[in-house]
Amino acid sequence: MAENILEVKDLVKHYPLTQGVLFKKQVGAVKAVDGISFDLKKGETLGIVGESGCGKSTLAKVLMNLERATSGQVLFKGEDISTLGGAALKAVRRNIQMVFQDPYTSLNPRMTVGDIIGEPFEIHPEVAPKGDRRKAVQDLLDVVGLNPEYINRYPHQFSGGQRQRIGIARGLALKPEIIICDEPVSALDVSVQAQVINLLEQLQGEFGLSYMFIAHDLSIVRHISDRVGVMYLGKMVEIGSDEEIYENATHPYTQALLSAVPVPDPTARENRERIILTGDIPSPANPPSGCRFRTRCWKAEERCAEEIPLLAIPTTLEGPAAHESACHFAEVRESAAA
Amino acid sequence: MTTVIEKNNQNKDRLEVGTPLLEVKDLHVEFHTRDGIAKAVNGVNYSVSAGETLAVLGESGSGKSVTAQTIMGILDMPPGKVTQGEILFRGQDMLKMSNEERRKIRGRKIAMIFQDALSSLNPVLSVGYQLGEMFRVHEGASKAEAKAKAVELMDRVRIPAAKQRVNDYPHQFSGGMRQRIMIAMALSLQPDLIIADEPTTALDVTVQAQVMDLLAELQAEYNMGLILITHDLGVVADVADKIAVMYAGRIVETAPVHELYAKPAHPYTKGLLRSIPRLDQKGQDLYAIKGLPPNLLKVPAGCAFNPRCDVATDLCRTEVPLLHHVTDEDGTEITGRRSACHLWKETLHG
Repeated sequence: MAENILEVKDLVKHYPLTQGVLFKKQVGAVKAVDGISFDLKKGETLGIVGESGCGKSTLAKVLMNLERATSGQVLFKGEDISTLGGAALKAVRRNIQMVFQDPYTSLNPRMTVGDIIGEPFEIHPEVAPKGDRRKAVQDLLDVVGLNPEYINRYPHQFSGGQRQRIGIARGLALKPEIIICDEPVSALDVSVQAQVINLLEQLQGEFGLSYMFIAHDLSIVRHISDRVGVMYLGKMVEIGSDEEIYENATHPYTQALLSAVPVPDPTARENRERIILTGDIPSPANPPSGCRFRTRCWKAEERCAEEIPLLAIPTTLEGPAAHESACHFAEVRESAAA
Repeated sequence: MTTVIEKNNQNKDRLEVGTPLLEVKDLHVEFHTRDGIAKAVNGVNYSVSAGETLAVLGESGSGKSVTAQTIMGILDMPPGKVTQGEILFRGQDMLKMSNEERRKIRGRKIAMIFQDALSSLNPVLSVGYQLGEMFRVHEGASKAEAKAKAVELMDRVRIPAAKQRVNDYPHQFSGGMRQRIMIAMALSLQPDLIIADEPTTALDVTVQAQVMDLLAELQAEYNMGLILITHDLGVVADVADKIAVMYAGRIVETAPVHELYAKPAHPYTKGLLRSIPRLDQKGQDLYAIKGLPPNLLKVPAGCAFNPRCDVATDLCRTEVPLLHHVTDEDGTEITGRRSACHLWKETLHG
């Protein structure tokens, strides 16, 4: 069994809501991430899925320490990085890098590709001494499948897929151990998405990277991930191997999410049983009591409003259905697996 | 007492399913830019009948949205320019109509739903005002009548507490609710044809399912024709009757939905279908179409797809393939199927 490279323990990120101008008074909080725990193993890909507003991007920012956690721990190789600052934080950040969603806005239009990919070396000069930088950048371009001669071009001279490759090269520059990909292909054309996914998988094998792969496209997440976590309104509702989640989902939200995904096969449309959820995701500033999904859940009973279900392996289930699920009535839905 | 609106709606003739509604014939649209002429639409043909759903599938830059905007008459001209072709709406060429005549069709006969509901709604007017505008402008309804109609429409698209929310502003609604308001607006005058340009791309999957269901239900109720423009192969498989696949301004394949997914007759369609992650491919490389979508200012000679195609021959590099009829193995023509590939036979049967 591979060691845990990242352990997240009861991570919380609340954004305070204040009232008044001079004497600010806190009147509440947007509970973007509200008590999340999981592990990331070395060389593994953990997929995180969930709808917009469920806190998956906030989670990424807190892991990167771009946002300070309100409470909880992020252990990188056993060391808590959520409270670090200054030089210690800088040193640890080298090991966790990020690839952003939108390759059109995450690259500075006034910098050349060489400057963009080489900028991390300015901050961490120990990785590549000054004289070697140009060579290092050209090597990176080659690794991500771009012509090394493009080093002096500007981002607008590239297509979306090529820009995302530049973003990936920048993420790789410091030879990190973990890369957090926040929706890396959702802004790309369909025919180009597969190229970028293949590149990410190939790089993982080559450099022994661990990925946290945040996306809303469930079929791509399944393809690339070893384990998948499902988030809803700041909580992890279910986590398990790809087979446990996709074939044996026990949380009603996961079941609804999977059934709502359009299947690219017209023969499936007549005999597919879809669960159509009513209503929208509630506001994270004022989440429902007890189980957060209960307002849209068809299984909800009184107990769900009173008692918060914990993320644990339900004792009543066996086999692949026995994986962590935060539901009082966790069970495999027979037709959902079909 | 019947209001103006009700009278108008009573006179409205509902079309029989299958009545031809719209026919686009050999449409060419160009954009004049500083760097040259971009041929965004290059000889597009398609048709829709009442009650039918046509999905136009393509990547960004394939010309699918420009075609739709030309049909609606909302394309900016200049820089856009229609150089050739006809758009027949129930037999009449809309490109030859005066602005006045086109305005009568727009909204009343053909309505459009846009991708991004937040930027398509006016942020400083209440949704009730914007919904009612259709009735005030097109039907001459009074303010009170228009507002009552707006509430009715919001109920129709299942917005909870419509009466209380009619005076709310767009930012007070969630993304799914805003898209429902867009649908309500498009439906308000009960058009014969709806053009939906990526209606659910900005929405989450659970909300997307709600919105697509609503759209399908309303379409069946009013026998509307629907042109669904999308790049999502999943959504298409769920709702379409027939499909037109576009690439670099041309239609490369048309087929009924089941046949397209089962047996594509163009290498581009085949490639798109193969690049969808499948269960049995876990841990392997995904099939990826090589290369990049073409720049419209310099579309490759011959078949525009040839630099990315696995089976391209010399013929493909020199001669533009026409949209052929497709035949099955015995040589009988398959109705509704066409392919713009020199090697369609090998692609379909091989």
